[in-house]
Amino acid sequence: MASEESEAEMTASSTPAGGRAVMYSKAREAGVVAGLYIGSVALALIMSAALVAVTGGSWREVFSALLDGSLRAPGRWGDTLGVAVPLIFVGVGTVIGGRAGLINIGQEGQLTFGAAVAMYAGLNLFGPGPFALVAMLLIGLAAGAFWAGIAGVLLYWRRVPEVLTTLLLVTVAAQVVGFGLQRPWILLAPIEGRSSRNIVSEQLDPSRRIGRIELFGNEFPISVFFALAFVIVVAVVLGRTVWGFKLRMLGRSARTAQRAGVSEWRYGMAGLLLSGGFAGLAGSVMVAGGDFGNFRLVPGFAVNIGFDGLLVALVARQRPLLVVPLALVFAGLRTGSGFLAATGVEREITQIVQSLLVLALLVPPAILFIRERRRALAAMTART
Amino acid sequence: MEALFSALVDVFGTDVTYSSAARFAALLAFCALGETIAERAGTLNISTEAMILAGAFAAAVGFDMTDRVTIGLMFAMAAGLVVAIVHANLSHRLTANTFVVGLTLNILVLGLATFLNRNLEPYSKRAHVFEIPILSDMPLVGPALFGQSWPFYLIYPLIPLSFWLLYRTRWGLEVRAVGENPQAADVSGIDVNKRRRQGVYLSGITSGLGGGYLLLGQVGLFEEQIVGGRGFIAIAALIFGGWTLRGAVAGCLLFGAVDSFRLSLPTVGYEVTAELLQALPFVVTIATVAVFAHRTRQPAALAQPFVRGLT
Repeated sequence: MASEESEAEMTASSTPAGGRAVMYSKAREAGVVAGLYIGSVALALIMSAALVAVTGGSWREVFSALLDGSLRAPGRWGDTLGVAVPLIFVGVGTVIGGRAGLINIGQEGQLTFGAAVAMYAGLNLFGPGPFALVAMLLIGLAAGAFWAGIAGVLLYWRRVPEVLTTLLLVTVAAQVVGFGLQRPWILLAPIEGRSSRNIVSEQLDPSRRIGRIELFGNEFPISVFFALAFVIVVAVVLGRTVWGFKLRMLGRSARTAQRAGVSEWRYGMAGLLLSGGFAGLAGSVMVAGGDFGNFRLVPGFAVNIGFDGLLVALVARQRPLLVVPLALVFAGLRTGSGFLAATGVEREITQIVQSLLVLALLVPPAILFIRERRRALAAMTART
Repeated sequence: MEALFSALVDVFGTDVTYSSAARFAALLAFCALGETIAERAGTLNISTEAMILAGAFAAAVGFDMTDRVTIGLMFAMAAGLVVAIVHANLSHRLTANTFVVGLTLNILVLGLATFLNRNLEPYSKRAHVFEIPILSDMPLVGPALFGQSWPFYLIYPLIPLSFWLLYRTRWGLEVRAVGENPQAADVSGIDVNKRRRQGVYLSGITSGLGGGYLLLGQVGLFEEQIVGGRGFIAIAALIFGGWTLRGAVAGCLLFGAVDSFRLSLPTVGYEVTAELLQALPFVVTIATVAVFAHRTRQPAALAQPFVRGLT
């Protein structure tokens, strides 16, 4: 089938009066692409709906509960925006690392560690509120970068695959932060401020919190705007600067990069540090933003935001601007899942929907790639 | 330092330590055997975690339905294979990025297992212990190697079987060729992506079986955190072993020993911070791999997708 199509296209482009035919084939091509995407996303949604139906739920109720929880109910879209902020940071960071060809899958750990260190800084730093807040965010960023840097050092010094180390470090980070939360001299709040069983940190001072805006009865942190500005900066740096080009070159082909004088470890390390750093920044934004944990650090603070942000980046396929809408969708699924209890369907269904969507969005580009390859090969054999 | 040494002596003087080390090592070995074959074919398969979890859950469902451990283990293998089929066809038929697929499958299976577990709540219990007569009376290691629940013993035939398959058959040679130099293998008439898919299938079957063993041989009842990153420790074990089966088995034994050391420390009377104990296997895994990884050579085409005519 593929060879027939390629022949048709070749004749179309080789005839002098083939202008209309070319336009027609371009339109058909766009139709095929759109059809593939729509088809596979629909398939993922149908599979999720079937799962709900099989286990005795009603997918209509689930869908409407998700919409209520993420958008329609009073005050909910503000919450969704608040949840989207750390997802955007994690996602954009992962995109940077991905451009350099690195597979950082430990954002959850980098986020946890960043959040804890930022919290420590926020509780102990001196100075006026806004300065302390900025310092705290930067320290969280550095902490996340440090945690990813461990994997980076092991990769470039000892050749340990970063896929493995970043993930194993997630558990280590959780334990390290857990250790800090159990010790009064690190993070544990003094006994007066909490019930004795509660393992929480002190609450962040109000002057060091990220400001919140109220709009049409919805409340969200101003970090939303920073996140957006940030995505644009990253998109420009990655797409329009020499540095971004070199990073991409390294990701596409390490050998070519080496020939062109791009230091593998320098750029790779930068990609890894930035992706970890942004995960750490996401953690500190979560601490200072108030949408998670009410300005206190609690055990399991990261609540899978790191993994969700990673999924966002995987779907975005290394395009930073796509991170924003996808982060909003994933944040909506998360806030919407809070309303699922009424339908009797377990909230893990959103996790399933998310990962099915990721898998579904992997298929069309892969099919298109193979189609293109086949055509190129067919064209080559036709020429010789 | 001295305290650590005396702790080592104390812990490894009790036979309970060896039993728990053998159990952990067996679970790792189930996964590492198939994983080694998959990686020799060129797939750095990170969906082992998903395969083990799927296997464990399917084993629970199978046992719940039929009340038989054998059926449970078969369900486990089938579930591991299903995950493998999805992974292999997405990444070696459609050339989707294998890490993306693997990671997503990990999250998907975790979600599915949690969701279905809440809905079905399968009942299962541990298989009975079978002590091999004379052999299990050996001091220290006897009960560890020959006094386990019976699915444990499946690992014994599986080790030589995978060795034979990978090093002594034409198929195994082709698998290794595909992982070293896919272009050359392709020219000599081997279907590269087919061999890679088959490698992943095998990895799915053994990891699924490992999951079944984990559930029916060790834990008894399913819970979502049952695997807890051990699939990744299995991958670390084979990296430690330099991508050879022998080395992978050695790595499994080492990490098994580390794990049982940390579990036994409190019971012989040492006070250690709980968080440190929890993090220890992961820290030791990272440290060991960091020390040993650079001395070995990974399959040359590991984690590089193959498309004919490209590169």
